[in-house]
Amino acid sequence: MTTLTDAAAAPAAVTDAARPPRRRRHRLAATVSRYRWMFLLLLPGIVYFALFRFWPMYGAQIAFRNYIPFLGIEGSEWVGMQHFEDFFTNPDFPRLLANTLILAALSLFIAFPLTIVLALVLNELRLQILKRTVQTLVYIPHFLSWTVVVSLTGLLFAVGSGPLWTLLNGVLGSDANFLTDPTWFRPLILLQDVWKNTGWGTIIFLAALAGVDQEQYEAAIIDGAGRWDRVWHITLPSIRPTIIIMLILQTGQILNTGFEQIYLMSNALNRTVADVFDTYVYFVGIQQGAYSYSTAVGLAKAIVGLILIFGTNWLAKRFNQQGIF
Amino acid sequence: MSAAAHKRFNTPAGRVFDVVNVLLLVGVGLLAVLPFVYVLAGSFATELEITTRPFFLWPSEVTTASYASILSSGAFVRAFVTTVLVTLVGTTIQLTLTALMAYPLSKVDLPGRRTILSLVIFTMVFSAGMIPTFLIVKELGLLDSYWALVLPMAINPFSLIIIKNFFEQLPHELEESARIDGANELQVLRHVVVPLSKPVLATFALFYAVGIWNDYMSPLLYLNDQSMWTLQMILRQVTASASLTAEDLGTDVPPPAQGIKFAVVVIATIPVLLAYPFLQKHFAKGMLIGSVKG
Repeated sequence: MTTLTDAAAAPAAVTDAARPPRRRRHRLAATVSRYRWMFLLLLPGIVYFALFRFWPMYGAQIAFRNYIPFLGIEGSEWVGMQHFEDFFTNPDFPRLLANTLILAALSLFIAFPLTIVLALVLNELRLQILKRTVQTLVYIPHFLSWTVVVSLTGLLFAVGSGPLWTLLNGVLGSDANFLTDPTWFRPLILLQDVWKNTGWGTIIFLAALAGVDQEQYEAAIIDGAGRWDRVWHITLPSIRPTIIIMLILQTGQILNTGFEQIYLMSNALNRTVADVFDTYVYFVGIQQGAYSYSTAVGLAKAIVGLILIFGTNWLAKRFNQQGIF
Repeated sequence: MSAAAHKRFNTPAGRVFDVVNVLLLVGVGLLAVLPFVYVLAGSFATELEITTRPFFLWPSEVTTASYASILSSGAFVRAFVTTVLVTLVGTTIQLTLTALMAYPLSKVDLPGRRTILSLVIFTMVFSAGMIPTFLIVKELGLLDSYWALVLPMAINPFSLIIIKNFFEQLPHELEESARIDGANELQVLRHVVVPLSKPVLATFALFYAVGIWNDYMSPLLYLNDQSMWTLQMILRQVTASASLTAEDLGTDVPPPAQGIKFAVVVIATIPVLLAYPFLQKHFAKGMLIGSVKG
């Protein structure tokens, strides 16, 4: 994310460091005084990040303790990796891991490519007004809450009267209740994911596509390249950096299945396939009050996510692609 | 496009592709909104029509019974009003905090700027997770308080950085001349920077508003008191239950079992759909893109 941290600040720091100490201190005082208003404006934001983003990171050490609220964080007994060991040896662990990874794989290998495909076909649309109308429509589901999406699913698949229940059972010649049948849990999650996010996901690719040099296409056409050739040899290579960046970001999210969606879609009958790390943390931590253990689960998940995001970034750079850091 | 290129596009195969592509995308566009149109139609249909007709986009007999039932429910109306208020106040607070922090960070020579930005970016890739955050909210005494729906997510790091980037590329001369006229930084921010950034700030206000309105996890975690529930919580309660009695809803009118589910979904969605055209006007303009482009 080189653009995020501005490189322009670097030269100033270098010249500062080269100055003799006393003048530097003097200058520092001058700068601080010059920026006192700025620091004042910055203060609420810093307090926010300290309270709600970094204090929890300090508090996450309860993953290594037997946290008892009465004793406080530091007062609770230090147990080292105990909770992590308990988690990894828990009989539920393989199932949670499999459920999480399968949902992530569906999203990565089906929903993600679909986003690129939708962006590509939208880009091929020459009628601008139609393109804009379709874009407007497909972005809408992104703004609906998971509660609404899950409720819509419930109504569309309602046993006996839902349109999709009627249609799908008619096609399959079955009498399934898709909402409780564990075999249908993953397809439904994927369907919701695609419906809600595919359209919105195209924005970034369409922006990248808009930047592709149009003269390349004309040259290719004169050379006799067909539509498919142009997509394969010009369009896709041009948006490769964007695809890789989005892939890196998505990989970092592999263990984040989206708490709200899974929680709202799970019920007593589909738990075997619906339980993922995110919902497990909630059930064990909030509902059963096992704070330390569930913090360990969350922390393990976050650390793996961090490793994944830096790992893919490193891989991307190794293969001479632009990374995000 | 050159004449040669234009000719190439208009081959028979090219035209077939165009037609197929148009049909495909019209289909995709319709699929994005049809579920909601069905639910909207269902919310005005009779209980009999909902349970016997699998699919319709217009009810054969229009009735407002479902709406009458939920609007006579004290719990529902209270949840709706509460959610509107929390969203309005919460959005104001979140946007103010974000803009206040973005402005100093947009000054490239601000001491400590790089450190702060690095820490902000770190929070985008690593978070302590649900339980430690929950315990902090509890520690701060925010459980069963509407502040818990606003403060823990007050500054979205992505929004912060995009707003900061936008402030950075504003012309410095205007700020400079305001400073020469004796304005302090808060005044510069209020009278120069904010007016110039209205579209961006409006967009992020709407994103924050949609975020609070749609939030289900925070009320689930932080509001134990059922009388404080927000609309999304009520929506969940209504649509997840097999059958609801008038007593469940606290209404005098007996609820049409399926009909009210449709109507509640519509009411929970309409405000977002009303905000959408304003959102859409700005978000595609590339400012969301600038931060991630690499």
